[in-house]
Amino acid sequence: MTDLKNKAARKSGFNRRDFFRGSGAIAAATALQTQTAEAIQNQSPRVISGETSISLNVNGKDHQVKVAPNTTLLDALRYQLDLTGAKPVSSDGSSGASTVFVDGKPMTASTILALQAVGKKIETVESLGADAVQKAFVKHDAEQCGFCTPGFVMAVRSLLDKKPNASKEEIRGGLNGNICRCGTYANIVEAAISVAKGGN
Amino acid sequence: MAVYSWPSREATAVIGKEYDRLDGLAKVTGAAKYTYDVNLKNQLVAVALGCPHAHCKITKLDVAAAEKTPGVVAVHIFEHAAVGSEVQWQGELLAVVAAESEAAARAGVDTIKLEFEELDVFTEDENLDAAEKAERTGKGGGKTELEREPGDDDDEDEFIEQEIARLFKASKYVVEGYYGIDAITHCCLEPHGSTVEWKDGKLVAYLSTQNVSGTDEGFARDLKLTSDDVEVKCDYIGGGFGSKFAPDYWAVAAAKISKETGRPVKFLLSRDQELKIAGNRPSGYMRVRLGADENGVLTIWDSHHWGTAGYKGGGVSQTVMPYVIRPKNYRRIATTIKSNTAQSRAWRAPNHPQACAMSQTAIDDVAAKMGANSYDVFAANLRAGNVDSQHPDAANTYLAEMARGAALIDWKANWHAHGKGKSRGSIVDGLGMALHTWGGTANNSDCRLKISPDGGVESFCGSQDLGTGTRTVIAQVLAETFGLGIRDVRVNVGSSKYPASGASGGSTTVGGVSESHRRAGQDALEKIFELAAKELGAAANSLEAVGGKVRVKGTDKAISWKKACTLLGLKPLEVTASYKRGDQSTLSSSGVCGVQMAHVEVDKETGVIKVKKFVAVQDQGLVINPKTCKSQIYGAMIMGIAAALYERRITDPKSGAFVNAELADYKLARLGDVGDLVVDLYEPESERSRGVIGNGEPPAISPKAAIANAVANALGVRVPVIPLTPKRVLDALAKA
Repeated sequence: MTDLKNKAARKSGFNRRDFFRGSGAIAAATALQTQTAEAIQNQSPRVISGETSISLNVNGKDHQVKVAPNTTLLDALRYQLDLTGAKPVSSDGSSGASTVFVDGKPMTASTILALQAVGKKIETVESLGADAVQKAFVKHDAEQCGFCTPGFVMAVRSLLDKKPNASKEEIRGGLNGNICRCGTYANIVEAAISVAKGGN
Repeated sequence: MAVYSWPSREATAVIGKEYDRLDGLAKVTGAAKYTYDVNLKNQLVAVALGCPHAHCKITKLDVAAAEKTPGVVAVHIFEHAAVGSEVQWQGELLAVVAAESEAAARAGVDTIKLEFEELDVFTEDENLDAAEKAERTGKGGGKTELEREPGDDDDEDEFIEQEIARLFKASKYVVEGYYGIDAITHCCLEPHGSTVEWKDGKLVAYLSTQNVSGTDEGFARDLKLTSDDVEVKCDYIGGGFGSKFAPDYWAVAAAKISKETGRPVKFLLSRDQELKIAGNRPSGYMRVRLGADENGVLTIWDSHHWGTAGYKGGGVSQTVMPYVIRPKNYRRIATTIKSNTAQSRAWRAPNHPQACAMSQTAIDDVAAKMGANSYDVFAANLRAGNVDSQHPDAANTYLAEMARGAALIDWKANWHAHGKGKSRGSIVDGLGMALHTWGGTANNSDCRLKISPDGGVESFCGSQDLGTGTRTVIAQVLAETFGLGIRDVRVNVGSSKYPASGASGGSTTVGGVSESHRRAGQDALEKIFELAAKELGAAANSLEAVGGKVRVKGTDKAISWKKACTLLGLKPLEVTASYKRGDQSTLSSSGVCGVQMAHVEVDKETGVIKVKKFVAVQDQGLVINPKTCKSQIYGAMIMGIAAALYERRITDPKSGAFVNAELADYKLARLGDVGDLVVDLYEPESERSRGVIGNGEPPAISPKAAIANAVANALGVRVPVIPLTPKRVLDALAKA
């Protein structure tokens, strides 16, 4: 668990310098659910500094986490909830390795602040549980080192949710937000096709 | 002692059959814990400051503010970053900040005050004249091989020049060309690094490594411990490709900070640091002149290549030139260049991809000059004995594999002479091929095998599964040996406390672990047979283990495997086996061929290349698991497409900055870029009987040359330097 006691001593409220250094974040106060958050509810929206206690709804459960304004959703998931399926590969989201569902939409957790995720339904790869896409990945050997695999599983699940009968061309065109370095693409396409054909 | 051998193709139940990888489920569910994922109680997270300049002298490094940053617990300055030190490449780590969170550590790094004196920078590795002017070149060796010998009175140097001139004069075709391939990085998705903790004065290091059994010594040496005091663990590794053989100074720093603070430390490189300092492949550029007879059979090769492996110089070894297709008369010279870039690391088949990309493109240009079919020119050279390969029957194997590849890509129907294809609007298509070779000798491997009285089988081996399928292969070897299913055996790899096994480099792992586990298995089985023989009233050598039973061969007389194991009594049977490189064995050997053929489309207006279809025919002796074996080859082809068309390290010539060291800018192939891939495992009895040979590297060699040749066939113009970016395609067309 991360201990940010020292940070709590920092002056709270708007701080121009902190804001420009990127440690400030605008949060929709109505979405904050904890006591700390309620205290600032009347001034919505506003700038938060220092450590804040928030509640994140992850995989169907509410979890209390302590975050700084610049804590990403990915860091909160990985370091505070020990949900390490989403991977830190690129901070700008260009690898897709940190893909999670936010209110059902695939997003890279490395590019969302934890504060932005308050009040939203977060689903990580750990929540899928014997999904047809996961089974198809194993059957078609669509993973090698496996570091990109959770992100790809989420991307394929999302694509097939939108287009349950996706064609090979739609699959090839719809999974270009993720990177695999080992080169599992050919097998990922086969895995996705097998699920599309099965209609899951 | 048992005679170690594999069962015949007909007699195998598990080997040679497709199995899902054992750790597949852990990987797709996110349950697999990589080094980056190991969260230890009370851990600190470390972030490092990389040097912003490619060549400078440190004049000030003030970490006082970092030490005071909220959440920061420790700051460590690397020895090589002390004031007065010279740093030779951008990204080299100078100081590391360990804090309560990654964000706090990064905030600490941002406060470090660094001042430096800029020194002269050189990173223009393609520009030989500039390198010479900057006094950055060195001799990379060379060799001249001529069939004719000088006479007693001849001056040797003069003879060589005259003989080479004579051979060119006698050649029907002469090609002069320039070819090259830029430096690329390993770009592991899980960056290099470790999560470490101390327990009772001993170090436990979760290290992202290809070398579980060898890295404990690396830590021990730098921390003044014995290797018994260090346990390296790696259950899962997010990519290595030849770059993760050592702890590296940053993992040693993590161990030092952990000791100093009494807390576990997680320290992984940032993305840009991973690309800048943690592994790259040397560049290679070549000027060559070659002569051929009326059939395109090479008669003389005369080349000079250069490139860089980093600040110490180095480059592509001259020993592999010209690659696979090698005439009896040749001269090769190499020049090395010192560049202000991090030193290279082994990259899937060191030297071979560049040598293949530089020399088989030149050979294809002989076919272009002749107006001949490239396939025929490669075949004519093989038939003429112009071949240098590690496979013992190379020419015949290449020819057989070429025939299979040609059928799969429909070479005959799709072929047209270079630049003579029909175009659809601005789109032209083309075919290209390339050949490769590799060793793949089994590495040293020890293992321990435990057979329990309840029938349980468990193995322990200090090897690692890089995603190649090592666990699954071991399970198949043991299951085959004991007549069990692969889920009936428990495989343990990934700890330096297990019996030592070699590093996963050079395509040596599958051979090594197959050797050790088959040997241990056969030894254990011999003991079980002795016990079962009494029970069955038959001779031990008349028994076999099949279908979960120990049976008298050719009869129905059998006892179950479990029953046989109860005969062990109360104690489990423990067997250790050791395979040392060079031991006589029929279980493994080395030396493979491999042929790849590409069919591409090029848009002459935009310069964009699309791979339509890409075929790989690969031999690797006996295949244990065709499914994971094919995946290795698919992966190599996809990596090859990226290197052929997209990826390169781009540096700013003035500052030496590596300007595209983020994934958004360092272009890799995406799923939609790879076209139709076809893998053909070439495993006739002549190959299978050679035993197991590694295949991690060989299929990663040919893609660049095969694709570049297909593009040259499409355009009728050579795009000389790989990757074949749209700009380079358009430049080549404009110049033609």
